[in-house]
Amino acid sequence: MSENTKKAKGGNYLSAKESRRISKQNRKITTAMEKKYRRKRVPEAEYLTKMRDEKNVVEFDNLHTYFFTDTGTVKAVDGVSFAVPQGKTVGVVGESGCGKSVTSLSLMQLLQRPQGQIVSGEIRLNLGGKAYDVAKMPMEAMEKIRGNQVSMIFQEPMTSLNPVFRIGAQVDEVIALHNPTWTKKQVKEHTIEMLKLVGIANSEGVYSMYPHELSGGMRQRVMISIALSCNPRLIIADEPTTALDVTIQAQILDLLRGLKDKINSSIMLITHDLGVIAEMADYVVVMYAGRVVEKGTVEEIFTHPSHPYTIGLMASKPVINKRVERLYSIPGKVPNPIDMPDYCYFRDRCEMCVEKCAGAYPPVIRLSDTHEVSCYRYEDKEGK
Amino acid sequence: MAKMTVENTFEPLVHDPQNVLEVNKLKKYFPIKEGLLQRTVGYVRAVDGISFNIKRGTTMGLVGESGCGKTTVGRTILRLTDKTGGEVLFDGREVHKLTKAELRALRPKMQIIFQDPYSSLSPRLPIGEIVGEAVREHGIVPKEEFNDYIDHIMSECGLQPYHRDRYPHEFSGGQRQRICIARALALGPEFVVCDEPVSALDVSIQAQIINLLRDLQQEHNLTYLFISHDLSVVEHISDTIGVMYLGSLVEFGAKEDIFRQPLHPYTQALFSAIPVPDPSSKMNRIVLEGSIPSPANPPSGCKFHTRCKHCMEKCKTEAPEPREIEPGHFVVCHLYDSEPERKAESAKAE
Repeated sequence: MSENTKKAKGGNYLSAKESRRISKQNRKITTAMEKKYRRKRVPEAEYLTKMRDEKNVVEFDNLHTYFFTDTGTVKAVDGVSFAVPQGKTVGVVGESGCGKSVTSLSLMQLLQRPQGQIVSGEIRLNLGGKAYDVAKMPMEAMEKIRGNQVSMIFQEPMTSLNPVFRIGAQVDEVIALHNPTWTKKQVKEHTIEMLKLVGIANSEGVYSMYPHELSGGMRQRVMISIALSCNPRLIIADEPTTALDVTIQAQILDLLRGLKDKINSSIMLITHDLGVIAEMADYVVVMYAGRVVEKGTVEEIFTHPSHPYTIGLMASKPVINKRVERLYSIPGKVPNPIDMPDYCYFRDRCEMCVEKCAGAYPPVIRLSDTHEVSCYRYEDKEGK
Repeated sequence: MAKMTVENTFEPLVHDPQNVLEVNKLKKYFPIKEGLLQRTVGYVRAVDGISFNIKRGTTMGLVGESGCGKTTVGRTILRLTDKTGGEVLFDGREVHKLTKAELRALRPKMQIIFQDPYSSLSPRLPIGEIVGEAVREHGIVPKEEFNDYIDHIMSECGLQPYHRDRYPHEFSGGQRQRICIARALALGPEFVVCDEPVSALDVSIQAQIINLLRDLQQEHNLTYLFISHDLSVVEHISDTIGVMYLGSLVEFGAKEDIFRQPLHPYTQALFSAIPVPDPSSKMNRIVLEGSIPSPANPPSGCKFHTRCKHCMEKCKTEAPEPREIEPGHFVVCHLYDSEPERKAESAKAE
């Protein structure tokens, strides 16, 4: 008994009273937001916006996505800004729990509702001619965009296909939904064409198969064909090859690279594998604890990694034909997302701390036109 | 009930005291049962005649795609599943012929670290009990030293003594893997099977666990069988490497030899498929077509011939034999059948 009260006072555990207060407060916030999100017939003007640069497909601008949990507010994404240019691949890299996936789910409006909410910031989506702010879009309007203009390839091809429907039916569904005027025959033809496009040789046969009859690589190909079926402007690939073997991974990466040129869409590639990033991406965004710590072109990030976290991440991965006696490991662990410090989030694990690091969170410092880093060590090098 | 016969011929091994583990033509077939009477209609040849040995204090890496039988090798060596054929010698004793009491006495000497630290720890036991249960059961230390011993093992693996009363759900993935390592280490093993211990972890945590495994190896003179599909990790930690394909070893040798000069076409493809974290190196990738065939119905001749770009007529009918190209570097491929040196040279030039 005395053990329990001690723990509660220690701050590791919440008292029931405190927990009740938090959840009551959360419910108030989230119900208001849900109500706004579920409105019908919202005028388009409300979420119409302008792109900062017409060449970008998506611009994340100071995005904040919070999860209102019973133990406190988790700031999963806390001020993320970056852009995905037309026809390019942007790689987002970071450890698990750093907000990579939540950033992409915010764009798709697929957050775990009602706890997960976009609190502030803009996600500007270029639809050619006009631009929408996804953060303000209601459910009704989003349904027309999702899967059509923006689509997603999920991590686990084993669990993201429905086991009780045939492959054909699952691809058909997307096409029929976004092209309501098409006949059934047209839809089927298009589906088989899509399956051929992703390199499935026996596409007519696969059309009438169930997911369990296919291997992991083939299932991921089906997922890619679903994502591509409406010619999206942006494909979000959330760890598309993590669950696959190296040889199959090579096949899928080859395929993605080839397809990007064929259909001229952009890819937002989320992964924790720096090797995959180096191979696929044109631009790299490094995230840590819900913030972007460094971004730049792939050459800049790999030849001049600047943020201590990026440097540590690169040093901790063993590389073929590069002998090291001992792998570098970043000391400590990611700070508790409910109770973030007010100084640089990486300070407690950083071996290159300077005096200033104890102050406010470091501002974004531009090292070149494309290379930005949030670290005090580069303050005097700005613009050089 | 009609039983399908499994061919089981091998020459018994002569034990070499340098080796902790000797595996000779090990086979593990899983029967496929069908019909009302559950008759055996065929076998999944998960492990099909594997031979290798591991010297004391070294690490052998076992690599291959998923479904090639890596994990089954590890489990069969420890007799967590029964073998179908061949033999496994641990310190010169056949593991699969021991009586129950003898096996029990041997258990502390050989341990395993599982892949998934989330499902391999009982959620209902505190950490002290997870680590200490087997220690008490096997009587490793006297009762009065028990608590100190557990604290000592835990601190060696980077855990704090106050973690003893906590439950697995309170720990992160990396810490759980440390608990799994502590559990294996507490029994004072000589040989540890590490079954993909880092593949469920983040890159920075991976580095911590790999470093920990290496430190412990040096301190306790442990022998590891390190099973992984991540070649860069295997290269970092291993002394010798075996490459598996569809239940068989296709190449076996010292790490330096294999990485300097991969001989088997499958090893070459596997190596070239690894993404290199360097945007300037765009190398010619060998992309393997298709996926791994079913082990229930493996291709005739060389098992790799369906995906091999050097496939010859011979490969389709005749299974190749292991061939020693350099001292200690074995390859199972018809490419090196005649004039092994010249062929090896030409493959290198490619």
